[in-house]
Amino acid sequence: MAFAAFGHGGGGQQSSPTKSNAKVAFFLLLPGLAYLGLFFLTPLISLVITSLEAPDPTGDIGVYQYGFEVGNYWYAIQTFWPHIARSFAYAFIATIAALVISYPLAYFIGVRLRTRPLLQGLLLTLVIAPFFISFLLRTFAWRQIFSSDGVVVQFMHATGLLAQNQYIAGTDFMVIFGLTYNFIPFMTLPLFTTLERLDIRLLEASSDLYASPAITFRKVTLPITMPGIISGTLLTFIPIAGDFVNASPEFLGGPKTAMIGNVVQSSFLETQDYPTASALSVMLMTVILILVSVYVKKSGTEDLL
Amino acid sequence: MHIPAGEFFALLGPSGCGKTTTLRLVAGLDEPTSGQILIGGKDITYTKAYQRPVNTVFQSYALFPHMSILENVAFGLKQRKVADPLVKAAEALELVQLSHLAQRRPQQLSGGQQQRVALARALVNRPSLLLLDEPLGALDLKLRREMQVELKAIQMEVGLTFLHVTHDQEEAMDMADIVAVMNKGRIEQMGAPEKLYDRPHTAFVSKFLGQSNLFTGEVVEQNATSVSIDFKGHKLTVPKDRAERHSGRITVGVRPEKATFHESAPAADSNVNLIGPGEIIDIRFTGVSNQYLIEIPNIGNVTVFAQNVGKSPVVELGAKVWVSFKVEHTFGLSDNPDNSGSED
Repeated sequence: MAFAAFGHGGGGQQSSPTKSNAKVAFFLLLPGLAYLGLFFLTPLISLVITSLEAPDPTGDIGVYQYGFEVGNYWYAIQTFWPHIARSFAYAFIATIAALVISYPLAYFIGVRLRTRPLLQGLLLTLVIAPFFISFLLRTFAWRQIFSSDGVVVQFMHATGLLAQNQYIAGTDFMVIFGLTYNFIPFMTLPLFTTLERLDIRLLEASSDLYASPAITFRKVTLPITMPGIISGTLLTFIPIAGDFVNASPEFLGGPKTAMIGNVVQSSFLETQDYPTASALSVMLMTVILILVSVYVKKSGTEDLL
Repeated sequence: MHIPAGEFFALLGPSGCGKTTTLRLVAGLDEPTSGQILIGGKDITYTKAYQRPVNTVFQSYALFPHMSILENVAFGLKQRKVADPLVKAAEALELVQLSHLAQRRPQQLSGGQQQRVALARALVNRPSLLLLDEPLGALDLKLRREMQVELKAIQMEVGLTFLHVTHDQEEAMDMADIVAVMNKGRIEQMGAPEKLYDRPHTAFVSKFLGQSNLFTGEVVEQNATSVSIDFKGHKLTVPKDRAERHSGRITVGVRPEKATFHESAPAADSNVNLIGPGEIIDIRFTGVSNQYLIEIPNIGNVTVFAQNVGKSPVVELGAKVWVSFKVEHTFGLSDNPDNSGSED
């Protein structure tokens, strides 16, 4: 009897750790789950519901009732497809530009400066230094620099680099420039963390095996640093596609540079067309989600190279 | 330094003596400030690493983590646009007995397997010179011995010139046809392992390659065939053709296994050097032999190895013994050790 009791007790003790572990894990996860539910899931559901709302029968501006108006999406696409296309085109070009500028920079800091940690730290600080000043202020500063009566444009007019009737402010170039500039640190930092861990001995091995520096870069350095390139491009592409500051006419943009973000902003705040603004937001999110998952899947299997 | 083609050449030295730097200079990964590097009579001192007919097996193996084993091995062939790189790579993997792992990634392999892949990746290119940078350093003792045998067998099979850098004197003696002992950036002595062991020229070589008992004293007597020194009252004789210097203050030595001890004073013999009496202060059992440390008053410590063929140990700790060794086993050095004692 006594043994049986012991045995039973032992059995109970054996199963209890996993049970209590699961409970502990659940309680530990609870704050995170609550946070996600409250700040992520609820707004998302609210957004989807709003995007399907129908105009109120009274015809009052900014008043809507619950419905299932899929036509909102159709309307948004029909009306704003140039903005959608422009957003992704801008995001694509700015991401590539940021990658082309950041990679050599991150390589220099992460690989060449390994033996000089002080200089490495200083340059890294300089990369994130712009964050110490407000994003809006910096963007404004660029508008001042490239303003139509500013020194740069006047100089370019005088030297003939720019035709007399052409300006920089408000152009596609100006917006892409601003987007690239503002999001470059998000590209440089992930690239740096990958390049910092790049094993130089692999490059030596490649060189030992008859690969020229250019081939070594393409066959060894680039594939090995792919994780950094992927996270860097995602961290820049996603926010750029939804950005509304740079393209806005108040900052670097003009009448023909509006992106989805600008449309959403004006739909929400000016015309109070909440369903269209929500539909655009949901679409932006969906398209980014699809693009990103295809991209990550492709790059995971090295099909991108 | 000259490395004959087709030989297994070992560069042996303690860490920090410049042997890896030498290897990197030959591989083209570093540039020399002076001097020349020639392969087959052709100056390659300023040839880029990727243009040299040299391949390296790195200490860290440096296998490409983003490629399969087969792709790793085929890498060099593809760069040189050799026909059928994958077929040749598969053959090389067969040579190192890893064909079954061709599609794996390097990180899925054990250390010994990675080492063999690194070897195959270099060998497959049939370089004029294969450089091995302590490739066995990361392996455990048993695996290292196995790999040594395998490496030597492969070298014989493919007939390439190997330049092997190591700090493991046993490994160097075991595998190499020629050993160069390096110290402080200079080659101290170079030759067949047996010769180096039998007739070390410097104190460093005598102690780095195996162990030695060294005795320093003034030359007091010399004739046509031999030189004798006075070592604190003992006359030690060395054959002239086994001594680097024949006058002044010189150092002579003997290997511990060539010395024997006696429990009573043996009769004087001109063919035998004798020192003692001393006291046995330490006995270390190593399996096949015992290592005896003998303290001789005013002289210092002498090490003697005795095979465990009969009773072990032959004498007890604290026993009073005389140490003798044959004149023909004695060697004379070109330099004197920094401390002219005689501990091993």
